[in-house]
Amino acid sequence: MTTSQANNPIGPGYEGVAGSEKRFRDIFRDTLRAEMLRDEDVFLMGEDISGGFDKDTKEPLDAWGGPFAATKGLVQEFGVERIRDAPISEAGFVGAAVGSALTGMRPVVDLMYFDFVTVAFDQLLSNAAKSRYMFGGQTKVPLTLFARSGAGTGHAAQHSESFYSMLAHIPGLKVVVPSDPYSVKGLLAAAIRDDDPVFVVNDKKLINLTGFVPDEEYVIELGKGRYMRRGTDVTLVGMSYTTVVCQKAADQLAEIGIDAEVVDMMSLSPFDEDILIESVTKTHNVVIVDEDTPRASMSSEFAAIIADKAFDHLDAPVKRVTAPHTPVPYNRDLEQEFMPQPGDVVGTVKNLLGRE
Amino acid sequence: MDISKEKLEWIYTTMYRIRRFEETMLEQTLKGNSMGVAHTSDGQEAPPTGICAHLTDKDWIGSTHRGHGHCISKGLETDKMMAEVFGKATGQCGGKGGSMHIADFSKGMLGANAIVGASIPLAVGAALTAKLKGIESESVGVSFFGDGASSQGVLHESMNLASVWKLPVIFACENNGYAEATPSWYAVSAEDIASRAEGYGMPGVVVDGMDVFAVYDAAGEAIARARAGEGPTFLELKTYRYHGHFHADDTSKYRKPEEEAYYKNLDSIKHFERTVLKQKLMTEKKLKSIRDSIEQEMLHAVEFALNSPMPDISTLYDDVYVNYSNPILGLR
Repeated sequence: MTTSQANNPIGPGYEGVAGSEKRFRDIFRDTLRAEMLRDEDVFLMGEDISGGFDKDTKEPLDAWGGPFAATKGLVQEFGVERIRDAPISEAGFVGAAVGSALTGMRPVVDLMYFDFVTVAFDQLLSNAAKSRYMFGGQTKVPLTLFARSGAGTGHAAQHSESFYSMLAHIPGLKVVVPSDPYSVKGLLAAAIRDDDPVFVVNDKKLINLTGFVPDEEYVIELGKGRYMRRGTDVTLVGMSYTTVVCQKAADQLAEIGIDAEVVDMMSLSPFDEDILIESVTKTHNVVIVDEDTPRASMSSEFAAIIADKAFDHLDAPVKRVTAPHTPVPYNRDLEQEFMPQPGDVVGTVKNLLGRE
Repeated sequence: MDISKEKLEWIYTTMYRIRRFEETMLEQTLKGNSMGVAHTSDGQEAPPTGICAHLTDKDWIGSTHRGHGHCISKGLETDKMMAEVFGKATGQCGGKGGSMHIADFSKGMLGANAIVGASIPLAVGAALTAKLKGIESESVGVSFFGDGASSQGVLHESMNLASVWKLPVIFACENNGYAEATPSWYAVSAEDIASRAEGYGMPGVVVDGMDVFAVYDAAGEAIARARAGEGPTFLELKTYRYHGHFHADDTSKYRKPEEEAYYKNLDSIKHFERTVLKQKLMTEKKLKSIRDSIEQEMLHAVEFALNSPMPDISTLYDDVYVNYSNPILGLR
């Protein structure tokens, strides 16, 4: 099926290209498969990615299709060597992935929930991120990791974090945050083909959403943002699921005559400074929307860059809509209050523009 | 004795090179020619030498903050190592790593690693690469670590992984009796660390780490098992470091002179000399010529390091990434 993109969310050049509506989780799996077919050095490691084993035959059962069904069917196609089910030993298998990356493979690690990154943090920080630098450029670490972030699904404090800023802080790591099926296809492929360690953070709220995906093979350059919607009155900066929040807010703002531009960052390290400055230079107002907590976060980094590079173009202070400085609560009402909502963005914009 | 003449010469050369590198490096560090912290491994020459005697450049080793002996056993050049300790541009890592981060990927050396235990899963990963590529018979992973790292969770995770995935790994625990100043009798719950291997379904062998022939034999068996696809082995090499935890550490504050004398009496180099002379496997003349050549090599290493240039300041920004697109950060 060919879809014409009227309000094209995927950048110029894709109007009328062949493609179809896909679920985020399905295109994620299809991209993993395509990259494994493309390069035999790519292999997957993670807990439950084979979904259990038959006690008698020892054959994998693929009972779950992997966490969030991200690897469904892959073990049947590629076998248990390349779809390597790991014991619950995040430090051990992330470290082993770094070791295999240092010795010629291109491992891809499913860390399940983003919160589990802390269990493997030493291996990420001390080995994956630093090996190239501290050994004087002798080596590279072509490692990809992915995990699910985000509140809103009742997973409570230890399965809902969005601390991607913690990773973006680390020299040597790259961090990308897809926001729809189109971006996850291009960013995951780019991550796996990249020669540096890249962490792909997928918000759980995106996983069952659908969106237009071109059939053709493509990668999205790491470090590039995109315009989801062009406007003249205010720039809304989103990342991961907050790009969806910004788009909903922009729709509501349009109803009261405010023309918002929505920038989707897509990459957090490196990130697209130019698109932030370009957009703010045009709109003179900016609201950064982030589900991470506000201290030492991507939103504070973006605010600092805008203040440094586009100060003279601002009509008002840089505003942020973020999660509060709290863990993620379990109760649904508290959890909704924790997350940035379109209404919060609309309210902030109205205050910013003096439109009460 | 089932060791070739060439291998015996290599073993003696390697052990003596480690001994003299550490003594020379310590002397230079105390003179102020090193730029930071250095940990010596003299006294512990037998474990890396006896193990690496069985390895080639296609085999991988992981190492520790006390890694000079591992580097030398894996064939790294002492002039580039000394220059790295001195922080010079000609150093093994261009002066970016220092004593605790010497690596040579062309020689199968995954790097000295200063987080205790952190290199253990790297060797497991190298073995995983070998298994995935079907080259276990020519590429095994050896993880060197100490009694201190035996208390780190990542060792236990790595042992379990290597065992369930049947990877060609040798866990080489150099038990020198002390984690910094803390004795292993205080910090380790088992009499022998090797006894823990049983719980992970692999052989655990206690080896006299002051006897390079004993290490050579035990390592030969473990590495043959790994190359044959029979999985990992745990070796506990009981050894001793002659100097302190780091260059300025005074061991008299936590070790008894009788204990130090006891181990120096077991000295692995002297033991080697006595053995080969008694069995007429090498002559005193040959041993002396090896020692003399190492003395020359050390003079050269110090001269090379002293006379080498400092790294260009702009290299600060190099090699953080293979590529990175943020010009504001100034990375290259």
